[in-house]
Amino acid sequence: MSRPDRGLREQVYILEVLRGLGVTFRHFFVNLWRHGLRLLGLRAEPGAVTIQYPDEPAVLGRRARTRHRLLRRVDGSPRCTACLLCETICPAKCIHITAEESPDAAVEKRARSFDIDIGMCVFCGHCVEACPVDAIHMDADQVELASYTRSGMIWDMKSLMKENP
Amino acid sequence: MMLLAWSAVKVGYALGFGLGLAGFLGWVERKQSAVLQDRIGANRAEIFGWRIIGLFHPVADGIKLMTKEDFVPQRVLRPFHALAPALSLGCCLLCLAALPFGGEVEAFGRNWNLQPLASPVGLVYVLALLGLGVHGVVMAGYASNSNYGLLGGLRGAAQMVAYEVCMAAILAGPMFLYGTLDLQEAVRWQGRLLGGILPAWGVFTQPLAFLLFLVAGTAASKRIPFDLPEGESEIVGYHVEYSGMKFGMFMISDFIENIVVCGLGATLFLGGWQVPFVDLSGIWGAIVMFASFSLKTCALLFLLMQVRWTLPRLRFDQLLDLGWKSLLPLSLANFLITVWGCYLWR
Repeated sequence: MSRPDRGLREQVYILEVLRGLGVTFRHFFVNLWRHGLRLLGLRAEPGAVTIQYPDEPAVLGRRARTRHRLLRRVDGSPRCTACLLCETICPAKCIHITAEESPDAAVEKRARSFDIDIGMCVFCGHCVEACPVDAIHMDADQVELASYTRSGMIWDMKSLMKENP
Repeated sequence: MMLLAWSAVKVGYALGFGLGLAGFLGWVERKQSAVLQDRIGANRAEIFGWRIIGLFHPVADGIKLMTKEDFVPQRVLRPFHALAPALSLGCCLLCLAALPFGGEVEAFGRNWNLQPLASPVGLVYVLALLGLGVHGVVMAGYASNSNYGLLGGLRGAAQMVAYEVCMAAILAGPMFLYGTLDLQEAVRWQGRLLGGILPAWGVFTQPLAFLLFLVAGTAASKRIPFDLPEGESEIVGYHVEYSGMKFGMFMISDFIENIVVCGLGATLFLGGWQVPFVDLSGIWGAIVMFASFSLKTCALLFLLMQVRWTLPRLRFDQLLDLGWKSLLPLSLANFLITVWGCYLWR
């Protein structure tokens, strides 16, 4: 690995110090000016890139998908047919389904219970890809899934089908 | 009685200046770094919903440090472990006494000297006490009975001794020019004008010494880029075994050392309490003197704070090289040039 040569200018160091100070002073005064303008209520570019998260909404990637949701049929029953494809493909092994017989003969099978351990989920989205009947989706902009207990992180079918957690 | 009251007032404003500014510096340190790094900085401490751009954070810090458990590890050398922060803080608080916050003013039929400790050897006094501050650092490192603390203390000793030597050699130039060791006299000397337009401030008559002084001063007060005794990312430093207000005392003494160095810089290089082209007298004169001195000190503090957030830490051999191989020869050269200049001009 070769390093750039240090000429006299770099070795004297004081000139480079002044150059560095120039950069930080420029940032300091430009940001101070913008802060001041905004304090006076004038429209100006923000003086900081900070997002004050709990006060301001988090800024997520447009393609970020987080909260799982189970969809329903037109008649309101869950679309899931308990084929276990999502459970099989899940790399984190966080989906647990127990199947039962469906009263609808055309469907044959349905889920008796459908639990997702959000605490173990890696949010890869494979379950959504794998589902043949489009029963599971992931929502955007919902990242506030925290809970004070481990058991609170396990979502059952009821909460997975709710509009809001 | 009158004299006693006046002494108390002087002690009051000298200590108030140092400690108040030290608390304020804690806020400046956070906010200035935040603004120059495009951040917002600490802004959460609030009293009755008031936040005032984070100004309550130093208060919150103080309360936190005082109410925290003062944990003393079992195998430290107890008396020295407790003495070290007091020694550190005491030495730099005593330095504040010699700073000329103002000149002598006539008021109420008396002559008032605004310098708390008027002494013909003020500069020697300040340098001696700054030098004594090393003992606090070394004692803390040794008494901690911890290798990291000891490393920090030894680094501190090597660094501060090297830079105290440089400091004395650097200040020899201006002192020779002013012809005195009395800080008040030095400020008065800078009141004259060069060629009728330029105030004879040390920064114009001794520019090289000013630059070297800033470097040596930063090193003597252990600030980045010379904060090797602390070096929080490698050894944590001499105060690694301290907690609560004992750690707080080290931190405050760092800030106060910085204030003393900047005050000394303002005194010797920026004309102290002088305001160019204005003759100050009376009570208002005293207030303007105080304001002028504070403003110059704060300007230097601002500059050093900016340097602190601009430069990376030096390696230890680079630090000693800079001290012994660059700073010392340059300061001696500066002294020689000053002496020859004074001889030729007279």
